[in-house]
Amino acid sequence: MDKRKEELIFQGLMIASALIVIGSLVFVLAVVVLKGLPALNLAMLTQTPKGGYYLGGEGGILNAITGSLCLAGGATVLALLLSLPIALFLQVYSGKSRFSEFARLSLDVLWGVPSIVYGAFGFTIMVFLRVRASLLGGVMALTLLELPIMSRALEEVISMVPLELKESAYALGATRLETAMRVVVRQCLPGILTAILLAFGRGIGDAASVLFTAGYTDSLPSSLFRPVASLPLAVFFQLATPFPEVQQRAYASALVLTIIVLLISLGCRLIGGRFTAHVIR
Amino acid sequence: MANPHISVHNLNVFYRDHHALKDLTVELPERQITAIIGPSGCGKTTFLKSLNRLVELVEGTKISGKVLVRGLDIYHSDVDVTEIRKRIGLLSQRPHPLPMSIYDNVAFGPRLHGLKGRQELDRTVEDHLRAAGLWDEVKDRLHAPASRLSAGQQQRLCLARGLAVEPEVLLGDEPTSALDPMSAQHIERRLLDLKENYTIVIVTHILRQARRLADYVIFLYLGELVEHGPAADFFNHPQEARTRAYIRGEF
Amino acid sequence: MLTRSLKDRLASRLMFLVTFSSSLIVFLIALALYARARPILTAKPLGELIFSSSWHPLKGEFGFYPFILGTLWVTALAMIISIPLSLLTAIYLAEYASARVRGVVKPLIDLLAGIPSVVYGLWGVLAVVPLIRDYVAPLMGRSLGFIPLFSAENLTGYSVLAGSIVLALMVFPIIISVAEEVFRSVPDGLREASLALGATRWQMVKHVVIRKALPGVVAAIVLGFSRAFGETMAVLMVVGNVAMIPSSIFDPAYPLTALIANNYGEMMSIPLYDSALLGAGLFLLLMVLCFNIMARIILRRVLREEW
Ligand SMILES: Nc1ncnc2c1ncn2[C@@H]1O[C@H](COP(=O)(O)OP(=O)(O)OP(=O)(O)O)[C@@H](O)[C@H]1O
Ligand SMILES: [Mg+2]
Repeated sequence: MDKRKEELIFQGLMIASALIVIGSLVFVLAVVVLKGLPALNLAMLTQTPKGGYYLGGEGGILNAITGSLCLAGGATVLALLLSLPIALFLQVYSGKSRFSEFARLSLDVLWGVPSIVYGAFGFTIMVFLRVRASLLGGVMALTLLELPIMSRALEEVISMVPLELKESAYALGATRLETAMRVVVRQCLPGILTAILLAFGRGIGDAASVLFTAGYTDSLPSSLFRPVASLPLAVFFQLATPFPEVQQRAYASALVLTIIVLLISLGCRLIGGRFTAHVIR
Repeated sequence: MANPHISVHNLNVFYRDHHALKDLTVELPERQITAIIGPSGCGKTTFLKSLNRLVELVEGTKISGKVLVRGLDIYHSDVDVTEIRKRIGLLSQRPHPLPMSIYDNVAFGPRLHGLKGRQELDRTVEDHLRAAGLWDEVKDRLHAPASRLSAGQQQRLCLARGLAVEPEVLLGDEPTSALDPMSAQHIERRLLDLKENYTIVIVTHILRQARRLADYVIFLYLGELVEHGPAADFFNHPQEARTRAYIRGEF
Repeated sequence: MLTRSLKDRLASRLMFLVTFSSSLIVFLIALALYARARPILTAKPLGELIFSSSWHPLKGEFGFYPFILGTLWVTALAMIISIPLSLLTAIYLAEYASARVRGVVKPLIDLLAGIPSVVYGLWGVLAVVPLIRDYVAPLMGRSLGFIPLFSAENLTGYSVLAGSIVLALMVFPIIISVAEEVFRSVPDGLREASLALGATRWQMVKHVVIRKALPGVVAAIVLGFSRAFGETMAVLMVVGNVAMIPSSIFDPAYPLTALIANNYGEMMSIPLYDSALLGAGLFLLLMVLCFNIMARIILRRVLREEW
């Protein structure tokens, strides 16, 4: 074939593919917005389900919204507490050792574990410990989900810290810990915030890992040891009812979830330019 | 030499298999400026960093030999490395302010080493910013991010930061090479003032700078110590052919 | 002074401990699932579990064959849809797009990765399933129905195809971002050398970039595959969940993940049921682990080599 023709054909195919990929994103968002918006109202956002809600009665999904925020918030805090030491250890302390290679590989592999497996594993552990489905259980399962995402993201930002910056702290007589906590963490602050948001976004959207571990309830989260509702499961359960009014609410719930995720991703973009006053370039 | 501040005995540094410093033995005089010169890649930075044990942060380095600071072997296993680095300050090639305010940059070291009181900190910060010749320019914006300063100001900030831990030795790795001529002159003048109280070791590529500043000169070539001696002798009566060639600009 | 270096050493130990125990989580998960799956693994021969089609938990028959095939069908079809589109997009982004276009498109692709799976599932229910039910299945059934693969006997739209389309979307961002990174890691020198010989851009891509990046591309595909393999909610919502062996893309299927999600935790009273479901979980985990380890090792090689 003429090489110029081939070039044109493939360029066309590439642009078409990119358009299909982007188009499918637009398609998904459009469907969720068009279906969800009419069903969304103030009561949905400010009330918990009243009697007969799942038959089309009064109420809203405040239980699921607050539940999801608690689940993802708790998991993000725990994941941060674990991944910051991991990332600092791998980047500041251990350097290129066999052990750090192993730890990285193992965390990468953990990233690939399906969330239904986290859920099943979490539930198994809970049965073993005689804990029932609860906020605590859900937070644990989501922490497992967020841990590899967060530690990888943190490691990436920490690896960008210029060696000379660390050297200047060492040259003043700082220990590794002092260098890590006072210099590296500050330098990485925007990146750390982005990683937190990223992990929070993944946590709040995941359904399979909270399905068995967090349960579902119509009341607001009140205790670590009680079940909590969550937005993904609100979508799932309401959609499964045979009543169109309730299904509408599933659409609205999905819209709320999508808006949260969009806000988070917008937040990540904004952080790019904020909180950077002290960052040395 | 009457009273060397730092004496180096048979220092060898390897980066993995690369033999970067070969059996260096030399003494550095107290309260004088020593200039280290030599062509690019000859090991000047490596030598400097082995004086405050920063070399060992590079993965795969092996170090042998002794570096004595006032008789204390800094590579001895009982020695607290942070204490050594506190005693030996470093001014690097490019200014690297820490990601915090001007004030906090200078206060960083003293705080690490246990200085707490607000007034003491304020005083230290002011004293050392003055010593670095930066006080007048920044006294109204001490809490602004250090990253907003110009490169020349940043380098003087790094000087103040280094002085604030009250070291006895000051190392400089081409401390003026990233600066404009005015800022460079500023730093040079500071260094001349500071040698009253500090032993200073600088790496430089600029022979004229070495002539202006140095009391003592060390010439390295491919990791080997070729020649060293008081500046006047070194520049006027170099003993080695390689030194003469280098001074004449033949490298 | 002592306390400072002591703190440093303590912190080092503590961080090591956190890192070490976190890297054991994967093994812990596998071990826990294995422990719980043991009853079924000892009660039934592995061959029967994998190759028997009779799934009657009440009678104590646990044949996973239809579910395994359900997973394979949906995943394979999703990859067939996703691979060409993702790779072409990745090549476009890495080799053709201007910095400005990349700056717009990449955040959108990240967004695609961030959308929760239930939202994809809902989209599938609202858009893909009706589309298949009303247009695609009848049309293809009429024109190509004589080929078993396209025969449209299931009229609901909840089908292998619906699941695959939803999955394909979820796999796009994974393959695209990994493949793009791999393409960009090909040294510019190689590109220039082939352009200098008078190759067109596409020839350069075809002969140099793709060839050089091949292992990395394989890794990207494997990562995407393993993601699709383990995805639960979105698939569960659109594949129909009928325990049969699909023979057409319009047939319903019942993937393993959906089986676990639908039944686990509820049927604890039936002996071995729970163990069987965790066995399925273990199977999923092991498959995904193999894929992931393979892909990560390849990627490490590929990306490190070029840096
Ligand atoms: N981190 C490292 N790993 C491996 N080799 C290194 C490393 N740093 C320096 N080297 C090598 O050691 C030798 C000495 O390097 P050094 O940086 O000390 O030279 P220099 O005299 O400071 O050069 P310049 O004048 O260019 O700054 C060089 O050959 C260099 O390639
Ligand atoms: Mg140098």
